[in-house]
Amino acid sequence: MSDNVIEIRHLKKAFGDNVIFSDLSLSVQKGETVVVIGPSGCGKSTLLRCLNGLEPIQDGTIYLNGKPIEFGGKSLVKIRQRIGMVFQNYDLFPNMTVLQNIILSPVKVQKRNRSEAAEEALQLLEKVGLRDKADSYPAQLSGGQKQRAAIVRSLIIHPDIILLDEITAALDPEMVHEVLKVVLELAKNGTTMLIVTHEMSFARAAADRIIFLDGGGIAEEGKPDDFFRSPKTERAKRFLSTFTYTE
Amino acid sequence: MEGYEVIFAGNNFIRLLSGLWVTVRISLISIGISLILGFIMGTAMTGRNPFVKVLCRVYLEAVRIVPQLVWLFIMYFGITRLTGLNLSGEAASVIVFTIWGTAETADLVRSAFGSIPIHQFESGFSLGLSKIQLYIFVILPQALKNLFPNIINLATRMIKTTALISLIGVTEVLKVGKQIIDANRYEAPDAALWVYGVIFLMYFAVCFPLSLLSRRLTERKD
Repeated sequence: MSDNVIEIRHLKKAFGDNVIFSDLSLSVQKGETVVVIGPSGCGKSTLLRCLNGLEPIQDGTIYLNGKPIEFGGKSLVKIRQRIGMVFQNYDLFPNMTVLQNIILSPVKVQKRNRSEAAEEALQLLEKVGLRDKADSYPAQLSGGQKQRAAIVRSLIIHPDIILLDEITAALDPEMVHEVLKVVLELAKNGTTMLIVTHEMSFARAAADRIIFLDGGGIAEEGKPDDFFRSPKTERAKRFLSTFTYTE
Repeated sequence: MEGYEVIFAGNNFIRLLSGLWVTVRISLISIGISLILGFIMGTAMTGRNPFVKVLCRVYLEAVRIVPQLVWLFIMYFGITRLTGLNLSGEAASVIVFTIWGTAETADLVRSAFGSIPIHQFESGFSLGLSKIQLYIFVILPQALKNLFPNIINLATRMIKTTALISLIGVTEVLKVGKQIIDANRYEAPDAALWVYGVIFLMYFAVCFPLSLLSRRLTERKD
């Protein structure tokens, strides 16, 4: 219990009359990589967006390190520094260089020393193979490079958990690999992550636990090997079968 | 007398220049006020209040549908008679151009902010930026970059459209030109080409630097 970085209890989320989750509970432990999969429209992205207050929730409680998150007001800004997020769309700020993008939050929000933040930024960029792109503008980068830079931007605030929302969905196929390699490395190093993805082989390789969302809640949950080899529910079987092509 | 001699005969050239100054002065004042009011109105248009939005929309469309010349006539001949207000032609011009400029500026401001994708806001928030920080570091720089060239474009359009105000009796550069040509009708029948040619160059001298500036601003950064 005390190891839970995120704990969601009885989450209810609806867009008007359209109920996405009626009662969803889920927790992510420290160092764990949880991958959320499911058919489109099942609320995968909505789930992540609820966690850092981009979507208001109707009922339930979300705990961060055991403390309930209060959405709204100043505390949310603090919470968001504990929760990193990378989106599907290229979300780097086009008016700043890669380095400026990365150190914006450490310098302006966390009030860290500029040169110290820049130094860490360069080290992280080195790790994802973008050291030489530090002074480039986002428009000069490929999609895969942008997403790797966006990952660095969320890493540098040292969040307790990182949310990755279909970060390769908008990429050309040949760039998917370079981004997922970075994420896989993070997973191995014990970064706590909650990942939404359509890349099943990646999910299997990176996840400690798979959450299968369908029909307004968690339809199935399990270790990746068990889930992909022998899904228990009919819905999961049907979903997984859509990824294989047989004559 | 040859046509080109008319330009520098007597104080003709000085008169042309002072006519140009009337044009520039009316444009500058109108553009200045339009920018301030347009920013306020544009910000209101990006807000959430549906009533304000509709009101601004109606205003904008009304201004756009009616030709500027008609607005000038309404203001100078209509409103003055109706209210008994004694407006000079120049004041009426400034009012009409400000009404127009405000509407256009507001629409430019609205679209500059509206063109910034929602995920720019979201990724800013998810980094823990406050709303003010988000606007200062992320949203405003991008919006202004979109906005500058369009504002300058609008300014050149306004300067050119001031040619219409001679029709409500303001002696701006075009009107001065016409007076000079008329006065020399018999001595220099081909003066028109020369006088209008000089006026062409004067408009060019005012508008071209603006175009250059606009081009420079769009080219900046990658």
